[in-house]
Amino acid sequence: MIEVKNLTKIYGDKRVVDNVSLEIKKGKITSFIGPNGAGKSTLLCMMSRLLKKNEGDVYIEGKELSQWKDKDLAKKLAILRQFNNINIRLTIRELVSFGRFPYSEGNLTDEDWKYVDEALSYMKLKDIEDKYLDQLSGGQKQRAYVAMVIAQNTDYIFLDEPLNNLDMKHAVEIMKILRSLVNDLGKTVVIVIHDINFASCYSDYVIALKDGRIAHEGSIDHIIESSVLGEIYDMDIKIENIENNRICIYY
Amino acid sequence: MKNKYLLLFLVILSIISIFIGVKEVTFADILSLQDQAVLIILQSRIPRLISIIVAGMSMSICGLIMQQITRNKFVSPTTAATIDSARLGMVVSLIFFSSASTFHKMAFSFSFALAGTFLFMTILKRIKQKGTILIPLLGIMLGNVIDSTATFFAYRYDLIQSANSWLQGNFAMIIKGRYELLYLSIPLVILAFLYSNKFTVAGMGEDFSINLGLNYKQVVNIGIIIVSIISSVVVITVGRIPFLGLIVPNIVSIYQGDHLKKSIWATALLGANFLLACDILSRIIIFPYEIPIGLVVGVIGSFIFLYLLIRRRTA
Repeated sequence: MIEVKNLTKIYGDKRVVDNVSLEIKKGKITSFIGPNGAGKSTLLCMMSRLLKKNEGDVYIEGKELSQWKDKDLAKKLAILRQFNNINIRLTIRELVSFGRFPYSEGNLTDEDWKYVDEALSYMKLKDIEDKYLDQLSGGQKQRAYVAMVIAQNTDYIFLDEPLNNLDMKHAVEIMKILRSLVNDLGKTVVIVIHDINFASCYSDYVIALKDGRIAHEGSIDHIIESSVLGEIYDMDIKIENIENNRICIYY
Repeated sequence: MKNKYLLLFLVILSIISIFIGVKEVTFADILSLQDQAVLIILQSRIPRLISIIVAGMSMSICGLIMQQITRNKFVSPTTAATIDSARLGMVVSLIFFSSASTFHKMAFSFSFALAGTFLFMTILKRIKQKGTILIPLLGIMLGNVIDSTATFFAYRYDLIQSANSWLQGNFAMIIKGRYELLYLSIPLVILAFLYSNKFTVAGMGEDFSINLGLNYKQVVNIGIIIVSIISSVVVITVGRIPFLGLIVPNIVSIYQGDHLKKSIWATALLGANFLLACDILSRIIIFPYEIPIGLVVGVIGSFIFLYLLIRRRTA
């Protein structure tokens, strides 16, 4: 379990994340939603030590973030953001093998390679494992990065806007994979996501942020509500039940 | 596999290099242990060969490290103010200690190279627009400012001749007793080999590095220190060799990718080959005279650099 207490980030005199406290439950997909500038990504980055916090504490399985050793935390929690700006020429297999870096510092053992192979087949990348990243389409790249995180074999997986720049087909593909990571492998996934319908269909728990604070949080039934979403996004949002999913209509 | 060919090529070039020179030395002379021939080989030809190989390898690896930690394919000690700062350091050491020992020069040029590179990295961190071309341009501009400062002081203190002798890389002055400082870069090259995985991770960016539990800042700093020491050592013993750290890692990256554990060998070997070939060329073009190798590398290197730039544009 991850516990966040009174987390605050200040840029200049603006409190981008303002005194946020929350809990991330194990074995669930938790989505952070909210308008632009609500502080979702900042919150996620602070929770995963990519960004220094100004105030507050983050407890990962009872231990504060600063108490963790870099290497141990890298075996516990993985964070991926901004998938598209890596311009290093690595093959998929090489990239995924770096997921084992926290364990072996690059001198991979047979066991490490087993994890790499498993991750590659899990993400259906075996056929193209020797292709360089710059030869891949957006969807393939995304899958390669997720494969790296799978090889990293952490309990917690944080993803910052994993559907950015993906078409519907690949977006659905990624969400299904995240779902199966939770259902089959017992991972805990936290994502920042803009498309509320994807959040509605695939997540277990939703935390809605606005102006750096938690506006609402709860299960899908509780959050995907006309009145709640209307308040968060300042617009009229109709909710329809289609095949047991709550779909927002706001176009 | 390709490394094997590079190694073979290096051996062939080395043999050619040993037998090229004003004083004709034949294989038979060495076998019959003719005094003069052996003396030339030991005092001049072999030191020259070793210094070229060491300089070629280490400067290429410097470029590779720089490109990895700045995440920019066109950054190298020549385009990141490192070399110019090393030269400024040397001028300063000559001003303060009129007969500066090699150690003085080394210490000063290293500290200046380090400071200059850190300055470049700090500017890099501040600017938002991280265009592939903009960053090396910025480095060249900064380098020129530092270089002008060095030239100014060199004029003021009548050091312009000594200062200029480092401008153009030249192996003609290398004889036994005057190049051994170069050996200092060998342990650093070994360190670079040991850190190759870490540099690769750093090349994926700070967020990625933190995610994988790597101490990003430490690795970047170690990279900068390695680059600064090697650059200053090479500038002091050989002089400035442009483009080497820029083009060699780029060529290797095209066919071997950026996994340093894989590409660092090829980079070192290709760097040595390239420099050795240029040196042989510089010795035979106007035989029995010599062109400074910096000039040859500069001419060939700038064409390759242009090709790489255009290739990137269209890719």
